Amino acid sequence: MNKTITFNDRSASDAAAVSLEGFLGASNATAVRIEPGEDVRELLPHLERLALVEVNFPVFGDGRGYSAAQILREHGFAGELRAIGDVLVDQLAYMLRCGFDSARADQPLNEQAVQDALNRYPQVYQKTSGTSPISGRRPIWEIRHE
Amino acid sequence: MYKYDQYDQAMVDARVEEFRDQTRRRLAGELTEDQFKPLRLMNGLYLQLHAYMLRVAIPYGTLNSEQMKMLGHIARKYDRGYGHFTTRQNIQYNWIKLEDAPDILADLATVEMHAIQTSGNCIRNISSDQFAGAAADEIADPRPWAELLRQWSSFHPEFSYLPRKFKIAVIASDEDRAAMRLHDIGIQLIHNDTGELGAKFFVGGGMGRTPMIGPEIRDFVPADELIHYAEACLRVYNRYGRRDNKYKARIKILVHELGTEEYTRQVEEEFAHMKTLGLNPPLAELARITEFFHDPAYDTRASDELDLTDPDFRIWVEQNTHPHKQAGYAIANISLKPTGGIPGDASADQIDLMADLAKQYSFDELRVTHAQNIVLPHVKKSDLYALWQKLDEAGLAPPNLDLISDMIACPGLDYCSLANARSIPVAQKIGERFADIGRQKELGELKLKISGCINACGHHHAGHIGILGVDRKGVENYQLSLGGSGAEDVSLAKITGPGFDEDGIVDAVEKVTDVYLRDRTDGERFVDTYRRIGMAPFKEALYG
Repeated sequence: MNKTITFNDRSASDAAAVSLEGFLGASNATAVRIEPGEDVRELLPHLERLALVEVNFPVFGDGRGYSAAQILREHGFAGELRAIGDVLVDQLAYMLRCGFDSARADQPLNEQAVQDALNRYPQVYQKTSGTSPISGRRPIWEIRHE
Repeated sequence: MYKYDQYDQAMVDARVEEFRDQTRRRLAGELTEDQFKPLRLMNGLYLQLHAYMLRVAIPYGTLNSEQMKMLGHIARKYDRGYGHFTTRQNIQYNWIKLEDAPDILADLATVEMHAIQTSGNCIRNISSDQFAGAAADEIADPRPWAELLRQWSSFHPEFSYLPRKFKIAVIASDEDRAAMRLHDIGIQLIHNDTGELGAKFFVGGGMGRTPMIGPEIRDFVPADELIHYAEACLRVYNRYGRRDNKYKARIKILVHELGTEEYTRQVEEEFAHMKTLGLNPPLAELARITEFFHDPAYDTRASDELDLTDPDFRIWVEQNTHPHKQAGYAIANISLKPTGGIPGDASADQIDLMADLAKQYSFDELRVTHAQNIVLPHVKKSDLYALWQKLDEAGLAPPNLDLISDMIACPGLDYCSLANARSIPVAQKIGERFADIGRQKELGELKLKISGCINACGHHHAGHIGILGVDRKGVENYQLSLGGSGAEDVSLAKITGPGFDEDGIVDAVEKVTDVYLRDRTDGERFVDTYRRIGMAPFKEALYG
């Protein structure tokens, strides 16, 4: 398994993620893995006990995981949010802004390329609900009217 | 016109550097074509039959002469001396070398232009009314709203890997010159009962292989909730739009399968949630953008008098100019549809000339139309004759706006890797058959649209007369359809019956126009007659 890279100071959780079905059926699990077709809102009543949510991207072009991440952050999820699967360096900046803390990619990511991608854009046009310094940053329109 | 500030410029510059790096990695063999493809597509670069094609965004179809000159420069330096204006108010270059693409984007960035999101499964260039800011019938200029949406949709972190591409149009008059109802989201600006300006939303229109007219899903969204509502529409689509079948992935299929009522219910639920998040720019931002779209300094004493003694000039004025909201001014349409030409093509020299004329006669402004023509939006009537003479010398004054030879045609099998049949030769042959302008004027408003495959880039579903090229056992075959419209009387065309070969389709078009001439009543357009008498008389003439 490739190593998990983190986008911020948070250390990666080593909790073992179970499927959504497994999670909803077990009262003690603290990590869950969400597939693209699953409704992440089913997790909303359980956010407090979740340390880790893995969002699977079986193919990079399936963007449902971005909405899943945003929904979790918008509802106050404070645990680790990790993108797994077909995660490419050119998607990382968007993942970060949707509230992901970390990624475990099927194909190894080049450290330098990751840093370049995360720091490429000087500003953002949209406000998102992420909590890290970069994902939660102020959009251009807010800076214009401060 | 909108001007970038330091933030807008920095974003576009960053994109140029990012793409330069991605191209370098591709040329060095660090990226495979499969890995590179999604990256180049986000920058409007397609691999076509013969070369790379680059699509450059012209936000809401508005540009100034400096930007237009740059488009001519790119045609000359990096292509074969011409460009192709598209149905989404963009421009495409068909003969681009991959290694040149980063330099082209860098050149574009110097004049506040880019190719961001002109392809890929993301929110594409926002289109609008080509007469925005000039039309007598608009209630407001729709472009500030389009610019607000442009910024919101650029590099959107959640909506850059949608099930399929996503097109938004914004208009502000009852007359629809932008095919608004045939977009994924169509927005019409309206006033509510208290006189407040807001947006009416239509969602789930589109052409392609399953054409649909977008139903209204909300009659009024206030200006300070526009982005919240758009976010809600997109989130429901991103989560539930089909991803199992590319041909069922557009939002129109989702809206159709859920039903308008259920889709709307889900959007309203998301909207209520979005409103708690404060994602909408403040009204001050819309006001800031609106400042850029103030009226130019019109000569308020300009005369409405026009000397129409030159008969050729008179024909052009009658056909190619449109009433302006300011007395003494007109909107001048430059037709890129000369007889025998390629619809939407312009040479670098023509592009330069149009730029110069915009500077001299139209307050430095040009527009691109979804019908693949160019507009000089603010021309003083007393300048029209001089303008027309210069256009005419350059082959830019065909007096055929909205007539049968003012066709929309996709690039077809001459360029496109998706096409099943050629579109351009059919357009050329029809143009030659109806070359006589008197004959065209006798036929009146007649919107003919040609697509070279079922993807419908040539808008054939929305043509008064539509032509679809298909491949039948290795032979190009053309299906005829009648009765479509992309305007405020929006409708989808119906197929007449079996298709025709290349020459047969030209004859078929002539036959249906003969039926119209025979059966019309006073004041009826072709499409009105079709709607009144139905398909049968046309079928009889074609197949009887």
